Amino acid sequence: MDKVVASAEEAVADIAVGSTIMLGGFGLCGIPENLIAALVRRRITGLHTISNNMGVDGFGMGLMLEAGMIASHIGSYVGENRRLEQMVLKGELDLTLIPQGTLAERIRAGGAGIPAFYTPTGLGTVVAEGKETRQFGDRTYVLETALRADVAFVKAWKGDRLGNLVYRKTARNFNPVMATAATMTIAEVEELVEPGELDPDHIATPGIYVKRVVVGESYQKPIESRFIRERMAGGAA
Amino acid sequence: MNGKERIARRIAREVQDGFYVNLGIGLPTMIASYLPPGIDVVFQSENGMLGVGAPPAEVEADPDLINAGKQPVTELPGCSYFGSEESFAMIRGGHMDMSVLGAMQVDEGGNLANWTIPGKMVKGMGGAMDLVAGARRVIVAMEHQTKDGESRILKRCTLPLTGTHVVHDIVTELGWIKVTPQGLVLTEIAEGIEPAEVQARTEATLTISPDLKPMIVN
Repeated sequence: MDKVVASAEEAVADIAVGSTIMLGGFGLCGIPENLIAALVRRRITGLHTISNNMGVDGFGMGLMLEAGMIASHIGSYVGENRRLEQMVLKGELDLTLIPQGTLAERIRAGGAGIPAFYTPTGLGTVVAEGKETRQFGDRTYVLETALRADVAFVKAWKGDRLGNLVYRKTARNFNPVMATAATMTIAEVEELVEPGELDPDHIATPGIYVKRVVVGESYQKPIESRFIRERMAGGAA
Repeated sequence: MNGKERIARRIAREVQDGFYVNLGIGLPTMIASYLPPGIDVVFQSENGMLGVGAPPAEVEADPDLINAGKQPVTELPGCSYFGSEESFAMIRGGHMDMSVLGAMQVDEGGNLANWTIPGKMVKGMGGAMDLVAGARRVIVAMEHQTKDGESRILKRCTLPLTGTHVVHDIVTELGWIKVTPQGLVLTEIAEGIEPAEVQARTEATLTISPDLKPMIVN
């Protein structure tokens, strides 16, 4: 079994217009930089994205937004992307903001064969509008449904050709859960190792979830707080 | 000492040995700097870490190691990493002893608004709705009034809510306000401030505790 593909271009070559894509990462930490860049070069449109954030102006998913590729987005926080804020206020992008924990759990449910679940989060807020509620004990909960995608882009630290993945520090975030919830999960890794080299006790994403593995060519890994500070000062991007 | 620092220093006194605490972005993050000595507290960051340490020196910043405010942090001995789904399972599951977060508005019913201004600001709630629904104690840390001098502590929030009946305490530079079934009670007051002044700067009705104490900060 060998899931390794030669390049990020090859990894994303068959992604269709209008696909639903999950993208791992928290802010700019642990994002699939190379897969995003390859997809931006293809400029396919009408994408429905699911990701905690939307990059920043000039990096990460911000590049997809600027290329006009995104039709709708589900996330929890987009405050670092001014272009997106303008597009939403003008009604040019269909944006759905949901609580971060609900986002993570909806994806977990999607990967775990659970169609829906009750959560206390968002009760009495716009998030619960139109949703079924039910009382358990002395609390009322909101029914939330599972999320799945056609494609998931995840970023890991190390991986092997079987698709087993290990993450590094807080760059893990949404990557392992998204890996479970898509028809086609594509993992980009900083380092490809031989099967057996990863300690099986340390593998956070077992290879069963992963269809393709690609080695990222170079990583910029901007630190978001610094990137934005420099941009504000007119220094970068 | 400015108002924000006073708020952070007072809440730091409320953190107990052995607590697991989530601090929101901005003012709440300052609390970590003012903990009393000898207190063992584990800070959680909802992007997937327990045991968050102080910011590193600029050159030592690791892009793979950030807090929920997307700022570089460091590891403390005994720290751990986990995915977002587990991070929020521990938040929603009632494992956090305390969550401290900022607010735009709080009201007499303990309702909180801190994530959007319709037609003006599109940012998102991030993890705030999960934190207020799941933490065992929710403390709002904020300046008493807006920059324009409007009250942030209202009879009823006017902005879209983050959670309903979720706030236990409100701490501002003027004092400590407890949310009770009977409404808001001023239990501590900052040095040099009269209760009448706190009420005058608050739209909500405050009950002055018969046991009103000075707000002592670290």
